[in-house]
Amino acid sequence: MAKTVIKKSNIHISSNGMEKHIPEKRLEVLKTYKIYIGGQFPRTESGRYYVPVNKSGKKLANVCLSSRKDFRDAMESARGAFGGWSGRAAFNRGQILYRMAEMLEGRKAQFIDELIQQDSTAAQAEVEVNLAIDRLIYYAGWCDKYQQIFSAVNPVASSHFNFSVPEPTGVVAVIAPQNDSLLGLVSVIAPVIAGGNTCVVLGSFDKPLCCVTFAEVLNSSDLPGGVVNILTGKSSELASWFAEHMDVNAVVYCEKDEATQKMFKEKSAVNVKRVVLYDKVNWYSDAGQSPYFINDTQEIKTTWHPIENIGGGGSKY
Amino acid sequence: MAKTKNNTLKLQFDTTWNYAPAPESKSIASIKPRYELFINGEFVKPSSKKYFDTINPANEEKLSEVADANAADIDKAVKAARTAYDKVWSKMPAKERAKYIYRIARMMQERAREFAVIESLDGGKPIRESRDFDVPTAANHFFYYAGWADKLEYAFPNRTAVPLGVAGQIIPWNFPLLMAAWKVAPAIATGNTVVLKPAETTPLTALKLAEIIQEADLPPGVVNIITGAGATGAAIVNHPDIDKIAFTGSTDVGKIIQKAIAGTNKKATLELGGKAANIIFEDAPLDQAVEGVINGIFFNQGHVCCAGSRLYVQESVYKTVLRKLKDRLETLIVGDPLDKNTDIGAINSKQQLETIHKYIKIGQQEGAEMFQSSCALPGKGYFCRPTLFTNVAQSSRIAQEEIFGPVLTIQTFRTEDEVIEKANNTPFGLSAGVWTDKGSKIFNMTTKMRAGVVWANTYNKFDPTSPFGGYKESGYGREGGLHGLSAYVNLI
Amino acid sequence: MIIPDFRISPRVDQVGIEERASRVTKRSIKKESKMNGLLLALNMIDLTTLEGKDTDGKVKQLCYKAQHLHDAYPGLPTVAAICVYPSMVKTAKQALGNSGVKVASVATAFPSGQAPRDVKIRDTKYAVANGADEVDMVISRGKFLMGEYNYVFDEIAAIKEACGDARLKVILETGELGSYDKVRRASDIAMYAGADFIKTSTGKISPAATLPVTLVMLEAIRDFYYVTGKMIAMKPAGGISKSKLALHYLVMLKEVLGEAWMNNEWFRFGASSLANDLLMQIVKEKTGLYQSKDYFSID
Repeated sequence: MAKTVIKKSNIHISSNGMEKHIPEKRLEVLKTYKIYIGGQFPRTESGRYYVPVNKSGKKLANVCLSSRKDFRDAMESARGAFGGWSGRAAFNRGQILYRMAEMLEGRKAQFIDELIQQDSTAAQAEVEVNLAIDRLIYYAGWCDKYQQIFSAVNPVASSHFNFSVPEPTGVVAVIAPQNDSLLGLVSVIAPVIAGGNTCVVLGSFDKPLCCVTFAEVLNSSDLPGGVVNILTGKSSELASWFAEHMDVNAVVYCEKDEATQKMFKEKSAVNVKRVVLYDKVNWYSDAGQSPYFINDTQEIKTTWHPIENIGGGGSKY
Repeated sequence: MAKTKNNTLKLQFDTTWNYAPAPESKSIASIKPRYELFINGEFVKPSSKKYFDTINPANEEKLSEVADANAADIDKAVKAARTAYDKVWSKMPAKERAKYIYRIARMMQERAREFAVIESLDGGKPIRESRDFDVPTAANHFFYYAGWADKLEYAFPNRTAVPLGVAGQIIPWNFPLLMAAWKVAPAIATGNTVVLKPAETTPLTALKLAEIIQEADLPPGVVNIITGAGATGAAIVNHPDIDKIAFTGSTDVGKIIQKAIAGTNKKATLELGGKAANIIFEDAPLDQAVEGVINGIFFNQGHVCCAGSRLYVQESVYKTVLRKLKDRLETLIVGDPLDKNTDIGAINSKQQLETIHKYIKIGQQEGAEMFQSSCALPGKGYFCRPTLFTNVAQSSRIAQEEIFGPVLTIQTFRTEDEVIEKANNTPFGLSAGVWTDKGSKIFNMTTKMRAGVVWANTYNKFDPTSPFGGYKESGYGREGGLHGLSAYVNLI
Repeated sequence: MIIPDFRISPRVDQVGIEERASRVTKRSIKKESKMNGLLLALNMIDLTTLEGKDTDGKVKQLCYKAQHLHDAYPGLPTVAAICVYPSMVKTAKQALGNSGVKVASVATAFPSGQAPRDVKIRDTKYAVANGADEVDMVISRGKFLMGEYNYVFDEIAAIKEACGDARLKVILETGELGSYDKVRRASDIAMYAGADFIKTSTGKISPAATLPVTLVMLEAIRDFYYVTGKMIAMKPAGGISKSKLALHYLVMLKEVLGEAWMNNEWFRFGASSLANDLLMQIVKEKTGLYQSKDYFSID
């Protein structure tokens, strides 16, 4: 928890010398780090908190230790938001992602500050925030383009028009990268929602400040409630619930922990979830962004329709 | 149209002029009394020294016996595939790879009739389907993917596609040769080598394919075809030196496979079950819709994962559609798979026939109303009359579970909204059908269906260029078309 | 009978109907089925001559042929009818006597139908007065394509009235209608207006009868039957000259309408050269030898 620090105020001595030693005491307003579900900022239903500390031992905040029931609620919001979000015009999704970047830019200083609190150097923090903003812009642009890259008109031999297009897989449960707490988070959320999915995301456990603040960015950037739901808490506690929830269509996991990877693949069989592992991705590099990340949570749908063939060359009627 | 006045009117399809038996000659099909395992370009005896019978489901007579492969045989096949991959296939110029695959396609075309007869003998499907659909489509699949071999750099923008290595492929009994083609063609075109296991009830055409592969001088070990039942399949799934599992079959087995390979780096594609909705709106071209429904559920005895097994009919045309369906049902001929006039052949196995009968009983117990065609069934072999159930509730088991037989459930609906919800109300998501004359409605419906293949004003159409595969519990990955390449490559 | 709104006649998907039609060609008709089918088809023929150069002599010869298809093989059926222009009806009637072979006459300004209604009615009455058992009228395709369905309907009804006891065949001339949807609509109009038969073509326009067009019409007949209880007969005409194709039509008939329609009261082939091909096939079946045209009379 960020400790209440009463700063030593400067002592003003008035010109007449009468007012002495009046401290300009101002109590700093501390932020409550809540989770983000369905466009609201509830506290965890469990009432549990944890207090991450940085390397210098500073307590960062009281952070919600989300429970499986929070996850359940978040899933319900995500599923509820799916129809609307996936049905939106791709162009409109692009505008909203762009708006998210704008909002992030506007609160850059806050994110840098939080990253510094969470052990980044000022220079590192600035790079990470800049990249995060640029990543949103990058995916904003893809919203109405990846379909063209991954679609096909298939020249079937019969008299049918046949085309294949990507469609969002549905609700994606994401355990965000635990180290790159902002850039990693943005890098996994953006392709999922750019592709029309909705998601429930568990942020970094040790560095949770940015994910909560990012939820505030989302909340102020026209993104409909429920499209992105952000939880804070323990991966070890929640991961198996992510894997086993029958309404999750895909899971994304970014750590190298082999046991958890195995657990995800194994338990996801319960409803044949798609399991996406990003354990080798360097989010700072160019390889940390591409339309193929969007494709990872897409399904290819193929549609057939007869082509009438009357008149003109080859008329059969 | 005005409403039907007279419900007692009936057309008589049992006519004095009838079709005499028109059996396709078996003489073209040479089936050996015994088949060995095809490993490293040679037919070798199984280390178990065991063989199992494959029978003709239309008369329960033994056709041949095939080797029962165990883990040691699998290991041998995987080693052969690995060696072929390392030493030959991954190093061969892609255009040369292509030519081998073209050659296989051509040889299949040349021997098409033989393949068709064996497919019908071993699997029970009507010769009309094996001759006009299974075999030509299988050959076309090889032809299509052959051409991709040296063009992969155009398939994935800004990426280089590299093969995975050794693919273990397990295929079902409903389209034995076609599924082998769906698996083998893209895998070897992209530079992988394979170990393929056909289903234990229908191994013969895959073994015939092995003969062609041998004749085509494909380098030894590139394609290995081994036979056996579930345990053999498990040995493939669990072999540590396999990089990729491609499975087509039931959702239950698919889940077992997903679990089994959880701790490994094996990639997987799964083509699993389905319970597709086929939806008829009142403005549809009804006669074509009815024909589509018939093809949707009775094609290949209903042994089709994408079968349109749940029919939804808009209430205003329900009676008309039902009458048309019943009339059409009466003209379907159930019988000898080798007879050119047979529409519905033999159920693939005794076990499957029992499953279908179990569901028919469940349907009756659930209070659904059953209609079966009045056709005669052969005295021997595994046959089932085409069956309709009306008065079916969404919560009926026959409307929820995959039956994999010639059994159709029929429900009515009133609005678009309602039918979208009902159609998607299933754990599966393989395919769907929509029948309406209104273009904008078609696009709404095809977009809203949570399924990998949507047929609008048609059903059960397949093409090598057209990706196939499911959403949700119907599996993941696509087979066919450009998208089918992804299953067999890593992108770097 | 409630007359439906013909603008909303059922739609037909071209690819679907052609698929179904081609499916009937996959039926393999062998041995006794083939023989019986050939004989049945022979008995369903409207042996036709509709030429400007028709003469009494030509018609008489044709009428003889109708009754004596191939006397080298006794026991063969006759054709169903002779189909001629109105001016030839009297000749044909006399030549056929009481053979049971019917006389059908085209009428209503065949083949174009481009004449005033009273002329068409007089044409029809003339044919009937001369002894025609059946009248093959053409619809006004121009009016139909203009959307004047009531006009087409009323005209058919008027001709039906003029027919008296003669059975009325309504020729849609499907080759001029342009789509299967329109074939279906024209079929519905004709049946509701009183047609006894619906018939594809005059034989003067290409394409004439095709399997899918016939399928559309047979399905219309089936739907009409279920709604009204009334059977309507079918006559594909033009372009059917081979036995194999005729058998495909029989397969289609069997699978769409069934037993009740499988006779010459309810199904006809309008054809001039089909008879000889059927005869050649029949003889081939009997003798096992492939046949030459030189052994079959051309009338």
